[in-house]
Order: sequence, then structure tokens, then C-alpha cells
Amino acid sequence: MSTELYRELKWLPRAPGDLTERVRGLDPLSPSLASDLRTLATHSLDVNGLTRLARFVSRARSTGRTLEPLTPLRIGLIGHGTLDLLAPALIATGLRHGFLLDVTVGKYDQLLQSVLSPDSPVVAAQPDLILLSLDWRALPLTAAPGDAEGGAVAIERAVAFIDQTREAIAANCKATAIVPTVAPPAESVFGSLERALPGTRRWLIDGFNREMGRRVATSTDILLDVAAIAETVGLAEWHDHHQWNLAKLPFAEAFIPLYADHVCRTLAALRGRSRRVLVLDLDNTVWGGVIGDDGLGGIVLAQGDATGEAHLAVQRMALDLRSRGIVLAVCSKNTDEVAREVFRSHPEMLLREQHIAVFQANWNDKATNLRSIASELSLGLDSLVFLDDNPVERGLVRTQLPQVAVPEIGTDPAEYSRTLAAAGYFDLIAFSEEDRKRAEFYDMNARRATLRAQTGDIQSYLASLQMEITFAPFDATGRARIVQLINKSNQFNLTTRRYTAADVERLEADPQSLTLQVRLTDIYGDNGMISVVICRAAGQTTWEIDTWLMSCRVLGRGVEQMVLREILDAARAAGVTTLIGRYIPTERNALVKDHYSNLGFKPVSATSEETVWSLDTTTHIEPAPMTIGRTGGEQDVQVREAQAPTHA
Amino acid sequence: MDRQAITSRLKTIFENVLDVDVEITPELSAKDVPEWDSLTHVRLIVTVEKEFKVRFAAAEVSALKNTGDLIDLIERRLHQGR
Repeated sequence: MSTELYRELKWLPRAPGDLTERVRGLDPLSPSLASDLRTLATHSLDVNGLTRLARFVSRARSTGRTLEPLTPLRIGLIGHGTLDLLAPALIATGLRHGFLLDVTVGKYDQLLQSVLSPDSPVVAAQPDLILLSLDWRALPLTAAPGDAEGGAVAIERAVAFIDQTREAIAANCKATAIVPTVAPPAESVFGSLERALPGTRRWLIDGFNREMGRRVATSTDILLDVAAIAETVGLAEWHDHHQWNLAKLPFAEAFIPLYADHVCRTLAALRGRSRRVLVLDLDNTVWGGVIGDDGLGGIVLAQGDATGEAHLAVQRMALDLRSRGIVLAVCSKNTDEVAREVFRSHPEMLLREQHIAVFQANWNDKATNLRSIASELSLGLDSLVFLDDNPVERGLVRTQLPQVAVPEIGTDPAEYSRTLAAAGYFDLIAFSEEDRKRAEFYDMNARRATLRAQTGDIQSYLASLQMEITFAPFDATGRARIVQLINKSNQFNLTTRRYTAADVERLEADPQSLTLQVRLTDIYGDNGMISVVICRAAGQTTWEIDTWLMSCRVLGRGVEQMVLREILDAARAAGVTTLIGRYIPTERNALVKDHYSNLGFKPVSATSEETVWSLDTTTHIEPAPMTIGRTGGEQDVQVREAQAPTHA
Repeated sequence: MDRQAITSRLKTIFENVLDVDVEITPELSAKDVPEWDSLTHVRLIVTVEKEFKVRFAAAEVSALKNTGDLIDLIERRLHQGR
């Protein structure tokens, strides 16, 4: 399960099913080619997918395309095993990290020769960097078990060999070497003793890695901890004897995309392109539940609770990152005061207001807020990583702000922190005192950024969600969820009137009332019941909206407009000419203060207790991009209920 | 899975790996497709193993002369159950 996270780079969106067509459809002359390529490369691609993309790049370049603004970089690849498969994978992965790589592969198993001989193609290519690939089988790492002295000599011999290679790289290529640690084999001949007994294979490899790491750290070369990657995915998975025998692949083909991503992260870090800011969504990301609806006592954030612990782990990860200089920010759809209150007074919170450099809790779309956060911090959008549990928000940000890194994090909060770490957005090649203090350089008073006008094309994104809204009157099947929403919704709730199951049952049979239960599906799945409306007759030709509530999860998607259109249709059909709306303010529902005015209602009266609004039922309301379904009878609804998550 | 089903899945795999449209015939071999070099061959074998959830011995792979041999090998392996 977890190996898949790494093998399939699950923090990246899944590869489009029509990748072949998309690559074939790329226009080599398009001015947006570089960003189109980068977008395609920012998917989870296997070696075949990466190779296809790399091949396209080389064809496009052969026609003279230069592909700005990608950064050109020349890489030499030398070492043990068949490395040729790595070259196209590196080129395509480079696109993901903003690089246009030229990769020259040295001759099979010729480490020193590739960088010593002036006629070597690697030397001739004048690479900026040389990536070494080392296999334990090919290093002079042998000693007798139990022979500590012989073991030390063997380690020194192997390290000296790599040092010699590094010196040749510096002298002949004027290039920086990227030096790997060595992944030990999965097999041992001594069992646990192998770690402790001098001269054994694992002891030798451990010693080599430690010494190599020490020497590289004090040089201008860079370490790539391949042993750590291999241990993370499992040595038995990393080393594939079958593929080694078949084609001398230095490690399992399935991990080439992961390896390539690690190499390119290192290149990005080298060019100062590591991400610097972690932007956190709040509800169901930093804590379980929705603060605006569940309240301080209702959100899940406790030691001893499985979900609570998972969210605490996200907070711990954020704090760990902060302690090494990553700036934290908040971007959440919430009322500012309500959200801050959790940071101030929830006893289980690890994150506190002073940890957050910019605190954006409001009801604007997240792309706008992320832009504000970046400008408030005077950093580029390409410095941001945005962590959000909601796939629609993630999709929106990816479409509107492709520069922001937005990891896919799955649906299990327990995996959020690991997935974020696996993506390696903040990887560094060196660490300074300045890095450590960076988070504190930013004024830590949880500022609110000035909002910029939204410029992206939200409508076309909404259309791409392929939303389907379904209306049905109240019925027995939906009753439990309707009652739950009526009694739980606080934020998007115009009147906050609470009703019991018996009240709702009466409404089902009341011919004087219009009731609506509203569901929404989109390409990400079924959002379930997201809105509830009750209208009551208030005279011969007038209806009053007694209850209108909606889940905040679907804010900003035009659902309100569609619901109003549905109410107006029904009102006109019933001979109703005027629709009355009422807003009763509570501590929680400031979000919908202007709801009726936004929808074109005219003010009728206003007191501190309530505002009353009216609308002519012939008013045209602009539809939002979604298809409409209607289910009137029990049966249809039951079918749908079976797909939706059921709620207690 | 019969030979026809294997052949049709192979067509998808070949096109995915070679990045060109190919007609799968038993006689088809690397010399017929310019994109099919020794490196591509490795990707091809690895992808076939992954897609059919089988594994071939190195000797079996080196004995392959054409696509017909590959189909035979896949069929044999699938019928062995592993």
C-alpha cells in the first residue's frame, strides 16, 4: 500500500487515460508548449509515459525549439548497470521541475573512463552536472567477516575510488558531481549480526555510505541518498534480480520515475527552487470536521482518537517544517474569527496563531487567496505548496495557478503527512543558520493579506467539473440526512431554524409547502445531499423561504443560483408572484448576510434581528454550468441513496 | 485468455512502448520497427510482464525470435497459472 505511494508518485494527479493522444496532440509550434509539457509531466507517469514525453521533446528540439522558460541543464550519467533507460525518464521528469535536460550516458560500467578520457562522449558534452550511479556489486567492497581492519581498508579503497572519480569530474568536466549512497542488498548471510559484525556486506555498505556522505558534505559536490530511497520502498522491492539478470537494470524499473523525481528535486534545490511556504487548508485537513458547523467542541483533534491523531500528525509535520525554515500560511473557507478561535483556544492544537505568517480565512476562492498570500510574503507562486483535502479545491488551484504545488493526498487523513513528505517539495542540498531562521523573518502575527481581484477563468473550470445537480422533494429516504443538515448547518443557513424528524415528516405531506433536497455530483464523485430548502405559502400569491441551507463544501460553484431557479420555476407553476427571503443573523452565519442581495432580491425591511427581502418570481437568474436531474418519487431517490454515503 | 485476446492486448502494449502504430503478426520482430531497439526491448518485456502479471526467465527472453514466440510464451505462462 505505502510502497505504491512512492512507486506511483501518488502525490501527483493520475496520468490522463489519453496520454498518448495528448502527447501526439501537442503542437510543437505553440507558444505555450513549455507549460503544456510541464503540465503533462506533472502527472504520475510510468517509464513508458516518461519516455514518450522525452521523445516528443527531442523531436521538438530537433526543429529548433528552445522551450523557454525551461532552464537548460546538461547532465552526464555514469556508473554501474544499464543507465540508458534513466535518460528519457530524467528528461521528462526534468520538465516537471522546470528543466530542459540534455542527458549523456557514459559507457556501460565505465565510471572513471567516462570522465577521464577526452574522447568520452560525457566529457565532450560539457555537462553542468554528472550523476553517478553506484551498485554494491561493482564496488571494491570486500573483506572477511569479523575483520574490522580489513573492512576499514576496503571502505577506504572504495571511497578513494569515488573521490578519484569526483576529482576527474571537477578537473576534466568542470562539473558538479551528484554522488549516491549505495543501497544494500535485501539478502544477508548473518541475519541481524550483519549490521554489527565488521567486514560483512551490510557493515561495509553502511560504513561506505557514512564516509561518502561525510566527504561529499564538506565538498562542492552533492549527495543523493539512494540508500534511503531504497529503504523507504523496501530493499526487496528496489533490487529486482530478474531485471538485473535480464538487462542489468541497477534497480527495479518500476522505481525509475521515483528515482528521476529525486534527482530532479536535487537539481531544483541546487538552482534555489525548493518550495518555501506550506499553505494549509483547515477543515478536514488541520483538524477533522468543519469548525463553522461542528464548533470548538465538535471538531476532531484529540490524542487517542484515530482521526484526531492523523490531523495532529499533519500539524506536527507543519511545525517540523517550520522549525527548519518553511513559512506556514492558512487558506481556508471560513469566517476569520471562527477559524482563529481554534488556534487560540483549542487545547489540542499544536499549531498556534504565531506560527502562521499569513492567515487567510474568508469566503473567496482559494486561487485568489493563494495569490494574496504569495504577494504578502513577496514570494513567487512557485514557492507555495498547498495542502487541501478537497479535490475540487485542488483541481481549481491547479488549473488557475499551475505554479503552485498541490499534492494529491488521498482520502485517509492518516496518510496526509507522509504523502506531503514523500513529494519532497522542500528538499534542500545545504542547510544554513539563515534557513533555520527564515520562518521567523516573516512577521509572525498571522496577517491577513490584501485580496487581489480574481482573474482566472473560473467558469470554464466549473464547466470542466461536469456537475449534475439533482432536486427532489423531501421524502422518507432522505429524511435522516435532511434532519441532520437542518440541525447541524450553521454557516450557510439563512434562518437557522431547527426541525425534528417528525416536523420533516409532516412537511413531506404538506401541500402548502415546497421542499427541496439537493444533491450534487461531479467528476470527483458524489457530494451527497448538499442543500435543503423549505418554502411555505404566505398568502395566495406569495411564498416565503422558511429554510435555506447549504454545505460550505460546494460554495462558489453556482449551486445557489440553480436552487433559486428551481424555486422560481415551482413558484411560477403554483401561480406565486412574489418570493420572500429572510436572513436571521447568528454568530455563525455572517457568510450569508448578503445572500439575498447577491441573488437580486430587493430589501423589504431590516432590523438588528433580521433582514427581509423579496423577489419577483419572473426574475431571470443566470444558470451555472451543470446539468439538472429531478427525482420526484421514492424509487428514484432510493436508487441514488444507495450510492451516497449514508449518515447516522 | 486466447491468442486473439493476447494479440489485441499486445497491440496496445506495443503502441504504448514503441510510440508508433503497429500491426501485430507472428512474424513481426525488432528489425521491422525502427523504434524497436535493444533498450525499447527491455521496456517491452517489462511492460508485458506487468500487464499480463507474468514473469519470464532470462533464457526464455533471449530465445524470443519474433512476436509469435512472445505470444506462445505468454500463452504458456498464463496456462501454467503463473
